[in-house]
Amino acid sequence: MLPPEWIALLPASSSAPSPEWRESPPPSATVSVVSAAVVVSGLTRSYGELRAVKGISFTIEQGSCTALLGPNGAGKTTTVEILEGYRHRDGGDIAVLGTDPARGDRSWRQRLGIVPQNCADLHELTVNECVTYFASLYPAPRTQQDVLELVGLVDKAGSRVSTLSGGQRRRLDVALGIVGNPELVFLDEPTTGFDPEARRAFWQLVRALKAEGVTILLTTHYMEEADALADRAIVVNHGVVVADAPPRALGDRADDLAVVKWFEGGVALERDTTTPTALIAELHARLGGELAGLEVRRPTLEDVYLRLVGEGST
Amino acid sequence: MRSLLKSWVGRGRIEVLLTFRDRRTIMFTVLLPLILLLVLSAVVQHADLKYASFAQYLTAGMIASGLVYGGFQGLSISIPEERSDGALKRLYGTPMPRSAYFVGKIINVVVIYVIQVVLMLGLGVIAYHVTIPTSLHAIVTFAWLSALALVTFSSLGIALSSFAKTGQAAAAIATPLVLFLQFTSGVFFVVKTEPAWMRTIASVFPLRWMCQGMRSVFLPAKFGSQELGGGFHLPEVALIMGVWAVVGLVLCFRTFRWLPLGED
Repeated sequence: MLPPEWIALLPASSSAPSPEWRESPPPSATVSVVSAAVVVSGLTRSYGELRAVKGISFTIEQGSCTALLGPNGAGKTTTVEILEGYRHRDGGDIAVLGTDPARGDRSWRQRLGIVPQNCADLHELTVNECVTYFASLYPAPRTQQDVLELVGLVDKAGSRVSTLSGGQRRRLDVALGIVGNPELVFLDEPTTGFDPEARRAFWQLVRALKAEGVTILLTTHYMEEADALADRAIVVNHGVVVADAPPRALGDRADDLAVVKWFEGGVALERDTTTPTALIAELHARLGGELAGLEVRRPTLEDVYLRLVGEGST
Repeated sequence: MRSLLKSWVGRGRIEVLLTFRDRRTIMFTVLLPLILLLVLSAVVQHADLKYASFAQYLTAGMIASGLVYGGFQGLSISIPEERSDGALKRLYGTPMPRSAYFVGKIINVVVIYVIQVVLMLGLGVIAYHVTIPTSLHAIVTFAWLSALALVTFSSLGIALSSFAKTGQAAAAIATPLVLFLQFTSGVFFVVKTEPAWMRTIASVFPLRWMCQGMRSVFLPAKFGSQELGGGFHLPEVALIMGVWAVVGLVLCFRTFRWLPLGED
């Protein structure tokens, strides 16, 4: 017997489903392929002797925001640019929106939005002209007004790109990446050079895109950005994935060592502990009264990240 | 087909906007030839030329150079610039039909050429009594020479752009090369009066033939006797320009890169 809320969803003419329909649900394999926007398996790429990517695998679910983190030279840009169809790969299997990027055609590109790094083009055009032109390349673009509102460039619509500030320029890059109404957006270090206010505004934009169901792959060097936006962080180092988890759980961050700091007889002391509450109770019992300079710190995403990529351990 | 055409026209519009709002491009492709024509025609009043004034001779040569400026020099510098500033990468990431980029460039070169020709002829007529030929033969010759030169010089420009890492690197090759060819190919001086080695080198390259062809349009038929072979020899002009067009097309299709070297 079907629950009543299911019955309400069925077409009026077929209040009871046929037995065949009930007994042969779609195979689960098909379902998982459909729900993954990006599937990477065993990806490799070398530049001459240098093995930049040594077997990276991950899956990105549709509608999620994933941060790809790693130091410069870790293989991050190579990986992203292979997914975007810019670079070729030596080995491994990839499906981006169900298509191998090496064989991606125009209809595939219509479903992607790319915000590349280091663009310094379009100087002589106005913001409006840029958005209108790039919109014309897609079959079902967002309206110009929509896009400019999303990135907060309505006031700058008539300005030449050459007169924009660094942050405004970057927001235009984002505008051009999303104007085609993509299902999947690649944001490659989108907020480099932003002031804190612009960064917060940009985070709102990413959240708005996510709310619309857009899948986002973000690379960034700002750990607080990954923490704020990503459902999942994939950390890459020396061409391999060293961690893949939600930012809050990355590297056992949740139940990791805490650092407790306090002053004792005018001397600053600190201790790493898995039981900070017990330590503070003990200090309180021993020293009495208020503990001078008391601080309890859990590792931030940045701490965990630095440990994962090796800098913290040396 | 209609959407392809739309993408071509749309790209052409963007290219033209980008060019005409960039003072550098206008300076090097439109104003510089105009200034050369203005100054040289004024300085060289008594050239030892038969059957034509120096201004008339120079106008033919500068119009022949028009597509060298816009097509060869312009594209060989602007494309590496677009490759290094990320413009090409951005376009490559969109569903823009690849052909739209090249068609846009060609539309832009044609627009520049039309403006060059109109301004140079206007200046010549007003300041130096240059006469504009009106015979059907001259107009037809002008049209096919222009079309052939458009393909030759644009494709060679795109080909050179593949070998330069930056726009400046391309300019360092293209600018002296263009100047050398202009001096040796009969833009300013009569080829026949040059030393033999110089004539031989110039005759390998397409500009000498383009100039000869344009002189058949703008100079009286009698001037043919002053040419290197004793005539305008249009079939040879077409042949040599055509060979260079094929070389240019093969090179530009085989070497064109959307991304900077090592980033693919």
